[in-house]
Parts: sequence; C-alpha cells; structure tokens
Amino acid sequence: MLGPKRELPWFAGSVLVLLVLAAIFSSSLAPQSPTEGDITQKLIPPIWMERGEGAHPLGTDRFGRDVLSRVIYGSRISLLVSLIAIGVAGTFGTALGLISGYRGGLTDAILMRLTDVGLSLPTILIAVVLVAVSEPSFRNVVLVIALLLWPRFARQIRGETLAIKEQDFVALAVVAGRSSAWIIRRHIFPNVVPTLLVISTLQVGYVILLEGTLSFLGVGVPPPNPAWGLMIADGRGFLATAWWITLFPGLAMLLTVLAVNLLGDWLRDHLDPKLRQLGSRAAAPEEPAAEPGRTVSEGHAHGPAARADRA
Amino acid sequence: MTHAAPPLLVVEDLRTHFFTRRGVTRAVDGVSFTLHAGETLALVGESGSGKSVTCLSLVRLVPEPAGRIVGGRVMFAGEDLLQKSPAEMRRVRGKQIAMVLQDPLTSLNPALTIGTQVGEVVRLHQGLRGASLRERVLDSLRRLRIPAADTRLGHYAHQFSGGMRQRVSSAIALSCAPRLLIADEPTTALDVTIQAQYLELLKDVQASAGVAVILVTHDFGIVAAIADRVAVMYAGRIVEMGSTLQVFDNPSHPYTRALLRCLPDVALKRQQLVEIGGQPPDLARLPPGCPFAPRCPERQAVCDEAFPATVDVARGHTASCWAVPARTPA
Repeated sequence: MLGPKRELPWFAGSVLVLLVLAAIFSSSLAPQSPTEGDITQKLIPPIWMERGEGAHPLGTDRFGRDVLSRVIYGSRISLLVSLIAIGVAGTFGTALGLISGYRGGLTDAILMRLTDVGLSLPTILIAVVLVAVSEPSFRNVVLVIALLLWPRFARQIRGETLAIKEQDFVALAVVAGRSSAWIIRRHIFPNVVPTLLVISTLQVGYVILLEGTLSFLGVGVPPPNPAWGLMIADGRGFLATAWWITLFPGLAMLLTVLAVNLLGDWLRDHLDPKLRQLGSRAAAPEEPAAEPGRTVSEGHAHGPAARADRA
Repeated sequence: MTHAAPPLLVVEDLRTHFFTRRGVTRAVDGVSFTLHAGETLALVGESGSGKSVTCLSLVRLVPEPAGRIVGGRVMFAGEDLLQKSPAEMRRVRGKQIAMVLQDPLTSLNPALTIGTQVGEVVRLHQGLRGASLRERVLDSLRRLRIPAADTRLGHYAHQFSGGMRQRVSSAIALSCAPRLLIADEPTTALDVTIQAQYLELLKDVQASAGVAVILVTHDFGIVAAIADRVAVMYAGRIVEMGSTLQVFDNPSHPYTRALLRCLPDVALKRQQLVEIGGQPPDLARLPPGCPFAPRCPERQAVCDEAFPATVDVARGHTASCWAVPARTPA
C-alpha cells in the first residue's frame, strides 16, 4: 500500500557479488596475466569459434593479451575508482551540504553558488585539461571524478538537511543547550544516511561510465592497465575483424552499470525518508508488528540508520 | 498564595515582532507575568494569540531573521536572558529550562534509539557513563511510567504510540532537572483518555521536583486540571490573569467569558455552545483601541480609542478592559 514492495533485487545482487568477487580474487581467477601477452597469440577469437583456443576463452587482443583476464582485472579498476571517487566526493559534498543547510543565510548562499559552479563544469573538458597539464594516472582520474561528483551530494544533502532541521527534535536539542556542530553530527547526519546511501549507489553507475569514457579518450587510467574503457578504445580499430576485444569489456560495463542502477532504485524505494516517514506514521500503534509486510520494509528502512548510530 | 522567595521568572513588557513584507506583525506585544518555583502558569488563547511565540521568546528561539524580540526583559533567576550571549544562553537553556512540544512525532529523532536520546541528555548534564548512566536513563523513563523501560531503551520513536512518545519527550525534558519547563500544547496530539493520564503524570513529576511550568493550551479543561494560575492572551497581550479559581469564578474580561462559554458544561446542562463571532484580528493591522472590541458584546465608544489599562479585579487578579471597574488595590 505504502510505496512499492519489491522483492530483493536478485539479478542486480548476483551481478554485483560476482563483480566484487572478481575484483578481489582477480589474481586467482584470471587464467593469464592481464598486461603481458604473447604477440604470436594475437587476435585469437573466443573459444566457441573456429580457431578459438582453450587457453583464451574470450580470445586475445592485438598484443596477444587474454581478454577474459583483462575483463576480470578491469573490474578492479572500475570498482576502486568508483569507491574512492564516491568516498571522497561523498564526504566532501555531505559535509558541505550539512553545513550549508543547517547554517543557512550567507554561508548557504556562498556554498550553494560554489556548488552551482561545480555542477556546471564541463566533465570531459576538465578531464582533458587536467591530463594535459599532468600525466594520466589513477590518482588524476579519481580526482577529476570526485571534483565533478561532490556538488550532487552537496545539493541533495542540503535539501534533506533543510527539511530535518525544521523538525522539533532539532529545536529541542537547541533548547537542551547543544552546539550546532553536535546537532549536525548527532541529529541531522543519522537522518541523511539513507539518502546518502541511495545517492552513492546511483552514482556508481555514472562513475563507471565516466571512467570508461575518460579511459576511452586516453585521459583515464594509463595503459597497459586493463581498464574497460581502455580495452574498448583498443579494440575500436578491429571491430570488423576482432569484435570480441570490444564486446566483452563493453558487456561487463553494461551489466555492472545496469546492476548498480537497479540496486540504487531498490534502495531508494526502501530507504526514501519520505516513504519511511509514512511507514512510521502508520505504524504508530503500540505493537510494531501490526502488519507483517510493513514490518519487513521498516526493518530495512531503519537498519542503516541504526548502524550509523553505533558507528 | 504568598511567596516568600523571589519569583523564578519575571517577564516584563516582552515584545516580539515579525517583520514581513506586509508590515510588522506584533505577535507578542507587551506581555508581563511572574512565575514562582513549583508553580504552573497556563497561557490560554486562540490560535495566533501569541502563546507559542511568548514561549519561544523566553528561550530566544524566535525564528530569525523575520522574528525579533524588540523589547522587554526576561529575568530568570535574577538574570536577564535577553542580554545573554549565545554561549551563555546555551548553558541556561540546557541546565535550567526545558521544553515539551506539541507534536510528539517530530520531537524525537527517528534515527536514534530512545535510550540513546535520553542517555545523551543525562550524560550531558550529569556526566555519567556506562551502567550508572543506564540506571539513570531507566529511572527517568520509569518516572514517567513507561512500561518495560529496559526493553524499550533499544526501540525507535516509531515503535511508540503517541502518548508514549510524549512521555519519552517529557522524560528527556525532565531528566536534566530543569527549574522551568515550557510545555507548548503537550496534549493536543493525544487522545482524551491519554491526555488526562499524561497531565496527571506531569503534575506528579512537577510536584516532586518543584519545577515551574508554563503550559500553553487552548483547553480550559486542562487549565482546571493542572494550572495554579491562568493568563488569557489575545492579540499578543495578556488580557486577564489570575489564579485558576479567580478566573473561573469571576471571569472579568469579556474575552475570557466568551472562551468559557465555548465549553460544554455538564452541571449547567448547557445544551448549546456559544461561539465567539468574528475573526481574531490581523496582528499586522491592529486597531488603536482594544483588539477584541470588534468581537466584543460589551463594546463601548472608548474601546475603539485606546487600549485599556490593566486593572486589579482582586488581589492577584488583573484584567485589561474598559468595562472592568478599577478597584482600590488591596
């Protein structure tokens, strides 16, 4: 009745579990080295085709490197870039959003104009410029992405903060003699955690695509690292003859982004503070287990908040 | 009632105005009253009469920048709260003044457990930790008769009923042992059966701790049940003030009489309730005379000319109305 009650996102969940496992255990899962190839083994097609070889199930690229191994190792780069960039941008953006929303006034005006500037930066241009003045490196990719990402967090968290600070418990905390810093940390932050989780998840797909784009343009993670975007760029010249070099990293990227976005949607349905409010209003009677279905969704809704509480 | 000790709270000519595009709204316009330790003062009046803004002004929580306290003094335990720096004010608020608000739904943080929220106040004010902290938290919950307090500690606000939430809010408010409790319509969101129960509790706790209470309400039933004194507010001013008995026995201001006529009365077998005609005045465009004059059944020519002076009806009972003859002060 209140909000969609979707089942657990099995597809998204299993794709992501596979991806994380692939990233962690790359070295034992990958049959070959991702960076070194035998030039004599170049452009071997996948195993089910004529000329395919058992040693290279998804074929090899133009340097004879194993495509499967590179796709597996590529998950590492995608995940690491996403985690670090979102971690950096999320921390910075959340802090700014909380301060901006809670303080209001001039602080808010300045920080939000800064955010507007951040939101209007041309992504690819910035990346190209940054790489032009320094070397392409893992660190630079993360920096560029974080730079582009933080305003999204700041905006959302500020909006959320504006709503939360009007609640009575914040006024009561002021009456109780709490400092602004304490109120932000203890009362506002735990209430934005669900939102933060949802935004973070929804950004993962964007970051992976962005990282792919940057790599494709040659301003991302430098070769010979097996970034998916880099592999797609590599295979571009051989699309007609050796499509597998491009297809498999592309598929990996597609599946990952799709899975992450599905998970993000699911999380949003279950953690949305507005839906949660409705749920808690309706569940006001003494017995929390009044309606089994809702109890389940509330268990989810309050889980992360509870974890944040203990952290 | 005579009080040997100096009053805990003296409010003198408090004025809080809101500056809007439409002009200046005089939400609180010259409110004065005193309150002794252990006493309960009820602020009564229609919506928009300035009850809540008066309370917010006392703790300097008027929503800025639109609202501003433009005049008056709030002497709390001998110090003027309006002269304090924000840091000093913070110490006073936390240690000496606590609040309970109308909506028990948003008074508690939905993301923290009840135990955490009560515990933080206790820790802040008493510096307790670990097992002794837990004991104190349980004490303050039990004091407000929250059943199974020890299992309830780990629960969240949404797992409590409205009445229970209001008890938890009150437990939080009272656990720092304040000298003044400001309760802004604490029972409005509660069922009638729970209301009486809650008020009983509040009265008990107040009596045992000697807390002074300012109770905002528009319900005379609550006033009769719990208040020692009543201040009736209209258009940002106190129009009548006296002990509960005095005001109920001898309502002197026509507005007070009109309010009392709005109540069903079982003893008098009154069948029909009498409403007050007209609307409360626009606080941004107050007439020069008595603001109640347009709705007043006893209106005279003088009512439109000047605001009536406050006169003594009896000892400790005042009213601001031209129709009330001034008595020689006893």
